[in-house]
Amino acid sequence: MMRHLISAADLTRDDAVLILDTAEEMARVGDRPIKKLPTLRGRTICNLFFEDSTRTRISFEAAEKRLSADVINFAAKGSSVSKGESLKDTAQTLEAMGVDAVVIRHSASGAPYRLATSGWIDAPVINAGDGTHQHPTQALLDAFTMRRRLVGRDAGLGQDLAGKRITLVGDILHSRVARSNVDLLHTLGAEVTLVAPPTLVPVGVETWPCEISYDLDSVLPKSDAVMMLRVQRERMNAAFFPTEREYSRRYGLDGDRMAKMPEHAVVMHPGPMVRGMEITAEVADSDRCTVVEQVANGVSIRMAVLYLLLGGSEPAPTTPARTEESK
Amino acid sequence: MTMSKILIRGAQILGGEPQDVLIDGETIEAVGTGLSAEGAEVIEAAGRILLPGLVDLHTHLREPGREDSETVLTGTRAAASGGYTAVFAMANTFPVADTAGVVEQVWRLGKQSGYCDVQPIGAVTVGLEGRKLAELGAMHDSAAGVTVFSDDGKCVDDAVIMRRALEYVKAFGGVVAQHAQEPRLTEGAQMNEGIVSAELGLGGWPAVAEESIIARDVLLAEHVGSRVHICHLSTAGSVEIVRWAKSRGIDVTAEVTPHHLLLTDELVRTYNPVYKVNPPLRTERDVLALREALADGTIDIVATDHAPHPHEDKDCEWAAAAMGMVGLETALSVVQRTMVETGLLDWAGVADRMSFAPARIGRARGHGRPVSAGEPANLTLVDPAYRGVVDPAGFASRSRNTPYEGRELPGRVTHTFLRGRATLVDGKLA
Repeated sequence: MMRHLISAADLTRDDAVLILDTAEEMARVGDRPIKKLPTLRGRTICNLFFEDSTRTRISFEAAEKRLSADVINFAAKGSSVSKGESLKDTAQTLEAMGVDAVVIRHSASGAPYRLATSGWIDAPVINAGDGTHQHPTQALLDAFTMRRRLVGRDAGLGQDLAGKRITLVGDILHSRVARSNVDLLHTLGAEVTLVAPPTLVPVGVETWPCEISYDLDSVLPKSDAVMMLRVQRERMNAAFFPTEREYSRRYGLDGDRMAKMPEHAVVMHPGPMVRGMEITAEVADSDRCTVVEQVANGVSIRMAVLYLLLGGSEPAPTTPARTEESK
Repeated sequence: MTMSKILIRGAQILGGEPQDVLIDGETIEAVGTGLSAEGAEVIEAAGRILLPGLVDLHTHLREPGREDSETVLTGTRAAASGGYTAVFAMANTFPVADTAGVVEQVWRLGKQSGYCDVQPIGAVTVGLEGRKLAELGAMHDSAAGVTVFSDDGKCVDDAVIMRRALEYVKAFGGVVAQHAQEPRLTEGAQMNEGIVSAELGLGGWPAVAEESIIARDVLLAEHVGSRVHICHLSTAGSVEIVRWAKSRGIDVTAEVTPHHLLLTDELVRTYNPVYKVNPPLRTERDVLALREALADGTIDIVATDHAPHPHEDKDCEWAAAAMGMVGLETALSVVQRTMVETGLLDWAGVADRMSFAPARIGRARGHGRPVSAGEPANLTLVDPAYRGVVDPAGFASRSRNTPYEGRELPGRVTHTFLRGRATLVDGKLA
């Protein structure tokens, strides 16, 4: 296992499958009356959030606490960062206080990579989303959700997503979720199609291991999972598309469109959803939509990542057979 | 060196056969073989190349205003270390060099430094804001005698302002040097737009943002019968437009930086802001097109765009970092690597692209002259066989933001002479 988790592209198939399998074990902890493991007792993890993200922060915090780590939450707003302190000084200050790992969320693409590689600190760095670059734990929890739904909770252990057809729809250009998912899903053997208006597809996308389509309706019948990405309303002002209504009509998922998907196919969304924009309430609230599951799975995945990066020498959480493997 | 006579013995002038050059006072007294060394200090220069003193049409000296990055003194010391005898100081200082007062201040600081001649560039518009012409005539008529005008760092994007500037400076033989960057197409831009930016999630800086301005400006220059100079060309498309414009007889000149001749946007994968620069590093294809264009004369000159920044402005995340690289002390080595060692230019070609042509474009009197008797002794002596690893700790510049740290580059300037006075001796500032 690697020292840091910066990009989904850094994970091999075996790394990724190990994380997914470990997350299944972690999920069982969540089913217990006492949802806590002693694995990271005495270790301090700092959630260093330079960008507002309540749900990702809470998800990491829940994962850290279930592993018995001591948690420090650092939000840039109202901190020394807003007084002009640099990322370097902030990180070094935290490390001087004895932080064992840093979970970082930053609006600048590459900030976690800089933190991990510039020699500023020694602690492992976990990327909780950087700019429009990567959000690897999101991709892992998405893959985990897909594997459960499309392969099976127990049948999926040790398996990847070979041959599964995954469609991502929306603002690819500004989406770290899309970048991470394309990398990870490709590694796991899935066939990925990105659907968006041409204005929201990056120039240079041709080297990505996926297909590009501008036509949602033709892709839906060939999808095992359809992930809708949030479209920020401010994109409209930058002329990426003419109006919200036109976007919804062409690229939004409503009940009629969902009916074109195969029966087993699921609808996913990394949240927060903009209901009425990329997804209608009817779809968001349907049984096929995995949004709430994704949130629950996020905690399991983050536990697995923290466990594998920090607690590798500790006893594994549950079944003895897997304990041996995890060592 | 206090003696007034210096004999440079056996140097290859512009890479030709070994000859002796005798300097007396401020001028070259004689060039030939077997010149008498009597009364002269002798520099044994066998195997070395003698060039006219290099001229940089694009330098940021940062004074006044950002003396934490560079001053006229430290910048001219860096220039002398790199073999330069004249530099053109860009106008984006604080305050902006948009009045006769500021350009005269920079000019006077240059005189006082004594390491190389400093020719201030005047801003085209007040405050580099692109709205109102600065007093171009007053800057020209000042002691600084400004002939090159540029809002470098910002593009003169308003077509009418650009047209007027091009027309207006004709009255005194001036030239507008355009920083070609369409501002709307580069909002939030962080690196070249392409395969790498798509992957890294950094805001794209499309080639067309540069090319569209160049296309517009060569057409404007043709329409009003003016000359125009294009700063730091960085794309293959820009090369094609300038080539087309020249074939059409338009009076356009263009520069390329050393870093755009060597480095590509693949380096941005490190997210190390030492590679963050404006215009951004482009692709391999662009690099090769730029080299070819410099060789065939489509691009007239190499200019450093020496852009010093304090350490903290680079020791941070990419988006927060300043754009720019220091370049005066590595320029000739990079040109040797990319142009001479590849066979694209000989040393006479280097002399043209780094001295004759920039002096001509900028009307730098006494610089870019032939190495022959009677000419001002502005000279640069180069050891082309030298191989060394770039160590910014040894820079004369106040800043260290070089993209070449740890890289082996060929060649080394051993001596620089400014009007007969050695400013660099055996690689050390005099």
